[in-house]
Amino acid sequence: MKQLPAAPAGEEELRALLPAIEPDRQLTDWGRSERVEGLIDATLYEFLYHYWFRCEVEGIENVPGAGGALLVANHAGALPPDAAMIAKAIKEEHPRPRPLHLTVEHFFKGYPGLAMLVNKLGGVPAHPANVHRLLHDERQLVLVFPEGRKGSEKLYKDRYRLRRFGRGGFVEAAMRARAPIVPVAVVGAEEAMPTFAQIGVLQRLTRLIYFPVTPLFPHLGLLGTAYLPAKFRIRFLEPIATDQWGADPSDDKGLVQTVAEEVRSRIQEELIDMVSKRRSVWFG
Amino acid sequence: MSSRRILVTGLSTFWGGRLAQVIERDPSVETVIGVSHEDPACELERTEFVRVGLHHALLRRIVHAAEIDTVIDTRLVVDSLQASPRVAHEANVIGTMNILAACGGPHSPVRKVVFKSSAHYYGCERDDPAFFTEAMRRPHPPRTRLESDIVEAEKAVEGFAERNPDVTVTVLRFVNALGPDLRTTHTQLFALPAVPAILGFDPRYQFIHEDDLVGVLRFAAERNLPGVYNAAADGVLALSEVASLLGKPLAPILPPWGASLAAGALSRAGIRVPGEVLNQLRYGRGLDNRLLKGAGYPYALTSRETVLKHAEALRARPLKDGAGEPYRYEREVEEFLRWSPSVRRPRGTV
Repeated sequence: MKQLPAAPAGEEELRALLPAIEPDRQLTDWGRSERVEGLIDATLYEFLYHYWFRCEVEGIENVPGAGGALLVANHAGALPPDAAMIAKAIKEEHPRPRPLHLTVEHFFKGYPGLAMLVNKLGGVPAHPANVHRLLHDERQLVLVFPEGRKGSEKLYKDRYRLRRFGRGGFVEAAMRARAPIVPVAVVGAEEAMPTFAQIGVLQRLTRLIYFPVTPLFPHLGLLGTAYLPAKFRIRFLEPIATDQWGADPSDDKGLVQTVAEEVRSRIQEELIDMVSKRRSVWFG
Repeated sequence: MSSRRILVTGLSTFWGGRLAQVIERDPSVETVIGVSHEDPACELERTEFVRVGLHHALLRRIVHAAEIDTVIDTRLVVDSLQASPRVAHEANVIGTMNILAACGGPHSPVRKVVFKSSAHYYGCERDDPAFFTEAMRRPHPPRTRLESDIVEAEKAVEGFAERNPDVTVTVLRFVNALGPDLRTTHTQLFALPAVPAILGFDPRYQFIHEDDLVGVLRFAAERNLPGVYNAAADGVLALSEVASLLGKPLAPILPPWGASLAAGALSRAGIRVPGEVLNQLRYGRGLDNRLLKGAGYPYALTSRETVLKHAEALRARPLKDGAGEPYRYEREVEEFLRWSPSVRRPRGTV
């Protein structure tokens, strides 16, 4: 019996071959735990979202109810609360709530304790292959902070000034997955835990990514990880379709950079608008 | 092309032995020859065993004399438990070289080579993707001797495939296997009263059941599957999940810093955690298994079911101990049973 070599499977076939969900499991293949996430969501996030930060959400209809989409947001705060609040906003306000996968630095996978916790809460290492699988094959919502740690380690004097948007990798990922990009502007995270200085010596000693001085940290120890009650506003902006530029636009580095810059300037303009209309940091 | 005259290397390993048992039951296979440098550890009906040196230096003569059309190489050392680093290096690098040399050449009868490799090819690092696909490579050079040997062996296979385009070369990268008959570092760790872990880490783990492992090897021998394929069951578990499926507590006895020193101390106490497993306990690993599934292999069990089945086997083990005599290969007895005219054979068999 003569057999042909296995033909490379098409997109739809590959999707159909994804492992089925086993209902008895509490963890996903990414290591996300329904139980741990549900517990934190029902206590800490619930409290922060409704009572501490009093989040106000605009433009939730810009988050698609089905299919993959890449949410791109500004990043701030020494221990950034923005990701959790964006995820909670989708859970609370969206007519079809969906889980949000948050890309995190590889650092978290290598740091004891954090390595256990972060992926249970929905964190996924920021590897292009991971983003592609989530967006394209699993059709999930993914949140990226293209500023990365440059956003969260910046000092209070630089607040609401967006850092460089990486190398545009997030645009490439969205283009290859043909998933829309939803820019998100978050106001409040900068004041929730502002950083006044970075201590390099202690950073090396603790092997953390950075060691900040905030209003409460490090002099109050673990209590210093508490947030100040800044008023949060989250604005989801109009999605940018990535399938409008032909078959394989991710090869065009110029286009990738243009789109990355456009996303960045849209978020920056929106931030300036939101901050200028804000009367008080604490009451909005 | 369907295989008729098959040679299995590593007959003394679990994989080679079990595979030969399955193959010899297939009447369409004319000849099964098993080679290894140790005696086989399982009962075989019609597989002919030839003891060869660790380097498999004379394999070419066997291949040519028996007109072997398919070589299934299951001999690669993928667990530090199996052999000392020196022996593993000889087997993995020199052995692979000689086996490939035996299969190649202008007049070689070999049309198909199935090479059993390991997911250790990818390593375990902090900046790994969550699911390795076959086209991916490890982001950093190998950290342990065993891993670099595996990478080198695969490189040799890749070169062989390029030089011999008319030979179908299949490379299978297996994840950690579990099953009642297997003896690996992981089956030993999971047999302990608690599952050892590194404090502060809960790595992702994927498994394949021993029956699926044999099934995949057989599948590759039956079909034409040129290229590299990941062999891993559906589902990636966390180590804490594995422990709870086994019904055991998780024991974070290894410190996050200086884990290899602590592992050295543990090995004095009889708990061996080799370097490649230490990397797994820290960073874990997941594989994309869709290519082989797309080629048509139906996995019987998921990772979770594999662990559950292994847990059953672990609980049954004390009851089974000492129940039957373990199989021992004795050349004279085997030869008598197989070739003596005095042995009465049922009609229709060889």
